[in-house]
Amino acid sequence: MTAVQSLSHFIPESVLIATGFLVLILDLFSKPKRWLGWLTLAGTLGALGWAVATIPGETLPLFYGYFTIDPFSIFFRIIAFGIITITILISLAHKQTPPRQEGELYALLAFIGTGLMMLAASTNLLMIFISIEFVSLTSYILAGFEKHEGASNEASLKYLLFGSVASATMLYGMSLLFGLTGTIELNGIRNALATGGNAGPILLIAMSLLLVGFSFKVSAAPFHMWAPDVYTGAPTPIAGFLTVGPKALGFAVLLRVLFTALPALQNEWSTIFAVLSALTMTIGNIAAVSQTNIKRLLAYSSIAQAGYILMGVAAASTIGLEGILFYVAVYALTNLGAFTVVIVVSNQFKNEEIRSFAGLAKRSPFFAASLAVCFISLAGIPPLAGYFGKVLVFAGVIEQKLITLAVIAAVNSAVAAFYYFKVVKEMYLSEPADPAPLQKSFPATLAIVIAFLAIAVLGIFPAPLLHWASHSLIF
Amino acid sequence: MSILSLIIFLPIVGMIGILLTPKTEAQSIRRIATSVSALVFLLCTILLLRFDASQTGMQFVEKIAWIPQISVFYHLGIDGISIPMVFITGLLSLLACVASYGIKERVKEYFALYLLLEVGMLGTFCALDLFLFYVFWEVVLVPMYFLIGIWGGPRKEYAAIKFFLYTLAGSIFMLLGILALYFASTPHTFDITVLSANHAFAPGFQKLVFLALFLGFAIKVPIWPFHTWLPDAHVEAPTPISVLLAGILLKMGTYGFFRISYPILPDAARWFGIYMAILAVIGIVYGGFVSLAQTDFKKMIAYSSVSHMGFVLLGLAVFNYSGFDGALLQMFNHGTITGGLFLLVGMLYDRTHTRDLANFGGLGAKIPIYAGMLMIFSLASLGLPGLSGFVGEFLTLLGSFTVYRWAAMLSCLGIVLAACYLLWTVQRVLLGPLNIQWKSITEINRRELFTLIPLLVIIVFVGIFPQVILNLFGPATHALADSLGGLPQ
Repeated sequence: MTAVQSLSHFIPESVLIATGFLVLILDLFSKPKRWLGWLTLAGTLGALGWAVATIPGETLPLFYGYFTIDPFSIFFRIIAFGIITITILISLAHKQTPPRQEGELYALLAFIGTGLMMLAASTNLLMIFISIEFVSLTSYILAGFEKHEGASNEASLKYLLFGSVASATMLYGMSLLFGLTGTIELNGIRNALATGGNAGPILLIAMSLLLVGFSFKVSAAPFHMWAPDVYTGAPTPIAGFLTVGPKALGFAVLLRVLFTALPALQNEWSTIFAVLSALTMTIGNIAAVSQTNIKRLLAYSSIAQAGYILMGVAAASTIGLEGILFYVAVYALTNLGAFTVVIVVSNQFKNEEIRSFAGLAKRSPFFAASLAVCFISLAGIPPLAGYFGKVLVFAGVIEQKLITLAVIAAVNSAVAAFYYFKVVKEMYLSEPADPAPLQKSFPATLAIVIAFLAIAVLGIFPAPLLHWASHSLIF
Repeated sequence: MSILSLIIFLPIVGMIGILLTPKTEAQSIRRIATSVSALVFLLCTILLLRFDASQTGMQFVEKIAWIPQISVFYHLGIDGISIPMVFITGLLSLLACVASYGIKERVKEYFALYLLLEVGMLGTFCALDLFLFYVFWEVVLVPMYFLIGIWGGPRKEYAAIKFFLYTLAGSIFMLLGILALYFASTPHTFDITVLSANHAFAPGFQKLVFLALFLGFAIKVPIWPFHTWLPDAHVEAPTPISVLLAGILLKMGTYGFFRISYPILPDAARWFGIYMAILAVIGIVYGGFVSLAQTDFKKMIAYSSVSHMGFVLLGLAVFNYSGFDGALLQMFNHGTITGGLFLLVGMLYDRTHTRDLANFGGLGAKIPIYAGMLMIFSLASLGLPGLSGFVGEFLTLLGSFTVYRWAAMLSCLGIVLAACYLLWTVQRVLLGPLNIQWKSITEINRRELFTLIPLLVIIVFVGIFPQVILNLFGPATHALADSLGGLPQ
């Protein structure tokens, strides 16, 4: 499809970009900038509405095939919308944003949202690289957004340095892959590999370099080193966003590349990811146990969660893939829900220490219960949505008889429950220093209610989301 | 809505009602919880009366597609093995609810969690789909954590998280086992009845899955050496929660063997029988000796549970009629007897704020009704003929005598030990000179008596007419024993 024809299917992204620019312009003329957040939210929801209303029946290769709308990209497009919506809400609830820059924050969120959608729909290496870089560069800026805070600056710089190296490595892998196959189209690469016979060690090297880049995005060990510091230093709403946005879409692009371009190497990458998965969850969980800062705890927990999701990649089966999609969607909502409560608490205490949560159940039962539900879901305990996601990825590895991985994951789940319940214990079993209820915040409450309902309803009735996930798999 | 769903989800309705009640209305909250529990018990009684004991199959079956993509069904049903468990869950939940009136702090949260716990317990005994079973099994965990952790004794936080992590670790392995069963069956299914009818799994596979499930069940029972969470949890938990923990939660583990491991993995079950017998004997004797050494009243009863649950496991390990009957009856009896003992300990603690056995003495003359109750429950627990405890243990020993004579003989030691520690406890609490500290101790009140009388009636009734209850579940246990075909001689 030519560029002009494509535009009519590119309206959600265009609306989002336009919203971003509009906010940037209006930002120059408005003094209280809070309403710009609501404007961005309106634009995002409008774009989401349009995207949902115009879901095409067939696969559309937009922009000469660089940007493909298929069930898979639609699934992740809508997840990206959800992530951006909640991130805007929690940014509105966050009190520490420098007032002068608030407008730019919302504009950047609209832009990064577009980047995430591009990532979901990219079907050739060039577009993948551009989208990843677009998301990454915006993330670096967002991470350093509180520019007078040393930690925020440090986060931004670390993210930039690690990210650049990862991108360079990935680009090298892509160039080798192009050299071997003569194409940057994912489908073309598959066909070339299928007919070209065994390309030997170079192909493996190319793939490994490529996977380094993706592993960086989804913060899989041993490429996770940047994550804890970045998540801790970044402004809390952005930290919440970074633990879900780039990660969720990182999984999208990872799956697309593996299953569209590299099915010939499935044995190899499946083994690689089995090892990475075990490593990632173990390192994440063990490091999380001793944390006293909740952002750091959530940072390590999000690494561990990536490890569970990678089990689905290692399984490389239908149920494993359905599991990844289900897990990613639920994980995104749950983690953002957890970060919302962290924001509400840190608005009051100006810090994110776990001990600040002491007695939260007595001060604000609603927020405490929400965070507890998020954590119980992350721990994978029924009947919440996180449990069902975990069952699916476990089912994937059991089906493939990856017993060792399953046992490692089982032990990990018990370890994870320990630190999640460390926070729950603080909230419910400890006495508050000050029994006054926390300040309420409408956007935060809205964000939590969305997350809470989704976790509970999808936990008890997972069938609709599972149905959607299985129909989004095009591989 | 059918009766089983009604029984299981009525507490949820009560929970929502409680959540909508302002927390200052403690009295209404208690009333809601009690009336819901009473209603559940009433329904359980109706269920018991309408249950047709002559059938061996599942009754009151409900089956609705839940997650059709992976063939998960909302599948409920009960047979002779589950009906006593459902009944005792309904009964103990009501009694423990009344016994919870002493809870003064955070009443709203307490009863909301309490009713959620009841949902999980009832659901576990009714579920016929492995996925559903697992969900209910885990639903028990979180409210239990809070109930111990918030309303428990001085070391409550440690006890709560220890209970939680132990059980969770075990149950995740159980989940792996369940998934393995799902993928090994063709067509893939979680249906317990279908999986039980199909005995075609390879022996090696069976052993692996049996071990995975065993870990989950053994920690819950708890079987020695997985029992270390139990004394902590019991000692720290508030009285009504101890009652439920001992009376029902422990049975979920042995019920798992009856419902899942044995029928679905018969070859592995027979192969592991001897090891289970060994663990059972160790549990019986070890539990007895450790109980003997306790100075804390509650801890003594907690360890006696390890010993008594050992009899259940022994009965399970012998694969004959008497063994299975004995095991199931012992599960039922232990719920009533130990539940009662925990209530009695709680009553004493409420009055004296100590559980140190060395601190009591001479209370028999001071509070005779209490003393009488304690006597009867202790005698039932040590297996006095004429009371229910005797029948269960006798049947178990009878069953094991023909199969593992050594096990039966060593287990008798457990009964002797039970007589020692229980009688010695009774002596230390009730007899001897009155400790002057307790000269103004009050007799048990009507509410407390109400929680004990039903248990007492059951204990005496089952002790004298065991045939009534044996006829209830006999056909089901005998069918199970027949399908397993006994032990290889």
